[in-house]
Amino acid sequence: MSLPPIDLGQNGTAEMPDGYLGMVVEGSLTNGVEVRLSGGSSVEQVKVGTFVSIQGAKHRFFGVVTDVGLGSTDPRLKYTPLADDDPFVTGVLQGTVAFGTISVLPQLTMPAVLGNGEAPAAAKTIPAHFSKVFAASQRDVELVFGSEEGGNFWVGNPLDMETRLCLDLNELVKRSMGVFGKSGTGKTFLTRLLLVGVLQGGQASALIFDMHSEYGWQGQDNDRGISVKGLKQLFGAKVSTFTLDEEHSRRRGVTPDETVRLGYNHIEPEDIELLRETLNLSQVAASAAYNLRERYGQEEWVSRFLETGRQGSLLELAGEMEVNAGALRALYNRLSGLTRYNFLAEHSREDASARIIDHLERGQHVVLEFGRYGDDLSAYILVSNLLTRRIHQSYVQAKELASGGRGREPRPLVIVIEEAHKFLNPSVASQTIFGTIARELRKYNVTLMIIDQRPSGIEDEVMSQIGTRFTCLLDNERDIEAVLSGTPGSRQLRAVLARLENKQQALVFGHALPLPVVIRVREYGAELYESVGRNGRSTQPGITAAEQLQRDLDDLF
Amino acid sequence: MIPEDLLARRFGEVVESSTTSFVAQCYRIDGAPSLGALVRTNEPHVYGVVSQITTEPLDTARPVLARGEYAVSEDELLRGNPQLTRLLTSRVEAAIVAHGVGPDVRQHLPPAPPMVHSFVYFCNAPEAAPFIQAPEFLHLLTRVSAAHADEVVTACLRRLAASHADPGYFLSLAGRALAVELAGDVARLNYILRRVTL
Repeated sequence: MSLPPIDLGQNGTAEMPDGYLGMVVEGSLTNGVEVRLSGGSSVEQVKVGTFVSIQGAKHRFFGVVTDVGLGSTDPRLKYTPLADDDPFVTGVLQGTVAFGTISVLPQLTMPAVLGNGEAPAAAKTIPAHFSKVFAASQRDVELVFGSEEGGNFWVGNPLDMETRLCLDLNELVKRSMGVFGKSGTGKTFLTRLLLVGVLQGGQASALIFDMHSEYGWQGQDNDRGISVKGLKQLFGAKVSTFTLDEEHSRRRGVTPDETVRLGYNHIEPEDIELLRETLNLSQVAASAAYNLRERYGQEEWVSRFLETGRQGSLLELAGEMEVNAGALRALYNRLSGLTRYNFLAEHSREDASARIIDHLERGQHVVLEFGRYGDDLSAYILVSNLLTRRIHQSYVQAKELASGGRGREPRPLVIVIEEAHKFLNPSVASQTIFGTIARELRKYNVTLMIIDQRPSGIEDEVMSQIGTRFTCLLDNERDIEAVLSGTPGSRQLRAVLARLENKQQALVFGHALPLPVVIRVREYGAELYESVGRNGRSTQPGITAAEQLQRDLDDLF
Repeated sequence: MIPEDLLARRFGEVVESSTTSFVAQCYRIDGAPSLGALVRTNEPHVYGVVSQITTEPLDTARPVLARGEYAVSEDELLRGNPQLTRLLTSRVEAAIVAHGVGPDVRQHLPPAPPMVHSFVYFCNAPEAAPFIQAPEFLHLLTRVSAAHADEVVTACLRRLAASHADPGYFLSLAGRALAVELAGDVARLNYILRRVTL
């Protein structure tokens, strides 16, 4: 006969278990469920992107808050003059007639019995009416995302929680990943952190096209005005630094392991095709490069074309080749512009890609620093495309040999590129090697980590192949749409994404995670350095302690 | 033998009865309970909240006339016309909100209306306790079909709060129960809430 579900304590809070938020009042599988907050839970204490668990009649669900709102039982509430100075009236109305609502997207159903090895499964139904909703406990989060003990990498903490959110590195490197966010939102730090994870885990080698020389030796934290340790400082001999600009490295007091020299003979018409936009070349001019290669052969087409141009015989050449003279002239002008790059020589017998592969095969990671060429997009695109194409070729061969039983499986490789939309925009993605890699997925053990601030510039098909996406704040509608394309529940995630904080927060979703999560990115500092110091050098497979010591010594001197 | 306490609380008897309300005629013209007071009938116990109090002539064919033109005070007037109080009567209408005894009090309508001539009592603290503990009767009370229904609710809650050790606590509890009943009419809810604390 006694009533109290409304059992009011001193401050009007209902006596409910810890973390009780409210109950499910309506919803659908596609749109998520609507939760009416109890009188004791203020809407202000629930944030978009946080996790909740819902105790249904038969299952326990795990979901994410996608929207927060204010509701009322009487639509006339907003027109009714209420005394805001009467705490009794507002206190009574709060939670009864006027209440908070949250929208929750139930993502997983949790195993009925914990600890029997059963993993959370994708939710195929929703909790029934009046199911109780609680803020997710640390234990729930660990159950869903795994813990550090399982060999996973701690990448950050879910919002407002101290629980360490861990990524399954094996799954992460299996498919391409993307780090997005507008300028200054912490893409570089997040990338650096992920690379530390990949290097520490040892599941794959990493090849980093380091545009602004910030991953290899040391990077800058512009906000705090301090320098942070780069991969080389953290991992020593496990990381080899290559440079295009030795002088720049020397000025920074860094001794690179190798200096990359490329020859004109390494440049292929596909590279020119890719540079079309950056160099402002017409389609006709770019395709003239193919004719030139046909005429002069791969080894000599650039040098002989430039020679012809210098001699002033372009017009004749155009006539002979039956191509538009203006287009050929434009191609000549742009190509001769490339000759100012010091890392390009007329002819180079050196095969930089082979040396990089050599390092990668040894289980090392390679950072290619661009030095002063970092600000030159043409140089960045040219070099990264050129090298990646060769590396990819050799991986394809190695993989084919391995599948024929005549060789070793090539070590998985993650290639890191910045300004990815320049390589993967719809007009070039079908031709570039990066487009191919993104599409081929892990067939040849090569995946991409693309870093970009304009994801809308990336071709849809490539985007759809990106397994795990890390997204810092984006505010352009088209970018948000591009990042979320092909993701279940993207409409709800949109609200979450648009409200990320400017710094150190990221929405992570995709292949490596059971459900999307907003994280406060782990601090890149002393604690991380220490954890690398503890595990970093010992986890590299296939290298004995003595070898490691020798390498460290080599590295030191 | 009737207990003295019970005798003191008896103020009238049922003269009209229906499923939702009953009318009690008071023994004394000034013996009516206040608006919003909780009263009950004798066996079977039916509880009501006073929603209307009327004082009128016993014989409706003989209207009351003003007689005090030269009297100094109302007392003097009554002393000079002792028959007046005998010609008038007070009637109390109560909205039925519950029935039952002790822990079995059910805050909904009884299966049958109270008996005519059943004695009517003021409720004492133990009898009011179930209504204070769980003010479910507000559902019935807010639906009293009278123009002044909100005043009845307000008066009732004020009286119950005054008999509670912690009036603030009771009013929060009752306020929330009321909010559930008037969820679709926030203006009315606001009116009542603002008046219960006055």
